[in-house]
Amino acid sequence: MRIVFTAKGTEWDSDMDPRFGRTQYLLIYDDKTDDLVSFDNREIDKEAHGAGTKTSQRLFDLNPDVLITGNGPGGNAQSILERTKVEIYTGAGEMTVREAYEAFKNSKLPKY
Amino acid sequence: MKIAIASGKGGTGKTTLATNLSAFLSESEKVVLADLDVEEPNSGLFLKGDLVLEEVRYKMIPKWNEDTCTLSGKCREVCNFNAIVQLGPRILVLPELCHSCYACSELCPSSSLPMTPQRMGVLKEYKINDNLTFVESRLDIGQEQAVPLIMQTNDFIDLNFDNTTIKLFDSPPGASCPVIEVTKDVDKVILITEPTPFGLHDLIIIVETMRELKKDFGVVINRYGVGNDDVIDYCNREGIDIIAKISNDRHIAELYSGGDLIYDKVPAVRDELERVKSYIFSEGEGM
Repeated sequence: MRIVFTAKGTEWDSDMDPRFGRTQYLLIYDDKTDDLVSFDNREIDKEAHGAGTKTSQRLFDLNPDVLITGNGPGGNAQSILERTKVEIYTGAGEMTVREAYEAFKNSKLPKY
Repeated sequence: MKIAIASGKGGTGKTTLATNLSAFLSESEKVVLADLDVEEPNSGLFLKGDLVLEEVRYKMIPKWNEDTCTLSGKCREVCNFNAIVQLGPRILVLPELCHSCYACSELCPSSSLPMTPQRMGVLKEYKINDNLTFVESRLDIGQEQAVPLIMQTNDFIDLNFDNTTIKLFDSPPGASCPVIEVTKDVDKVILITEPTPFGLHDLIIIVETMRELKKDFGVVINRYGVGNDDVIDYCNREGIDIIAKISNDRHIAELYSGGDLIYDKVPAVRDELERVKSYIFSEGEGM
């Protein structure tokens, strides 16, 4: 299973980024290989419009099974993500990435 | 002559000034008032007349043709507004992000994104009296972009009213894109504010915006007598013309609440509108 986190850094101990569209990084964890890789999304700051759709396009291209984030996607992003197979879990905006993963495994995060 | 009535802060009296000024000016001039606060137009509450025209307005949005698309990816690459995403073999257009720039449609190698009309709102024209016309555009519920309808309403005014008519524009509040669209082509902008800390804070933002646009503008203070002198001090310090002051008066509030015009019932307001008229007809100094 491949899980994407919205995060403010590139490590397990980095804080989660509560925002979806304007998240600074996307961290991709593969629980089969135990690899954690990061995608630098900071270019999104230059986008005046459509940050949510742009990050959704990235997420679609990454093709994960699960997205763990804070606030959840906005309307435009939602209309894209609902066409993908990704399951979205929210409420992890105040956690570290590690804490968010533990919370997800223990079914503590609400499904969006 | 084109005059916009704007404010930083909402609820400071744009509509009150726009409706009363247009009726007052129409005693001696041909006037058209356009309510360009298309998200919530309300000048029509105060100006009653006969409906002479009603038109549905459309904006152009690309529509994906699945059968001819070769998935070149050009559309999503050229879209500056992230209004197009490519989900595997499917192209998805997000109409609320689209700015009708035609780039995707024109640059698509297989012409698979023809621009198609999408309804955004309704424009209505009313005859209030022999000298006064009122035009109102109203965005449909669920539409998010005010600018395209404002642009079309401006074009409608340009097309239907010649230079002998004074054109007044009731602007939306704030200092963002819709306000820029309303004010960018006018000769003068009247900024209406209230003498409170909130009024001053938002006045400063709209003053700086008008300076950036190199507009000739002046300030009308509404509900004069409440709050403090900071707005006056600010205008004096910055060399900004205070055109008129409308007193804080319970009688005015009662007339407004009843949907009535004020200037024909409160002589002091007529006097202030006389000052605004002088400002409109004065030689512009530029700011």
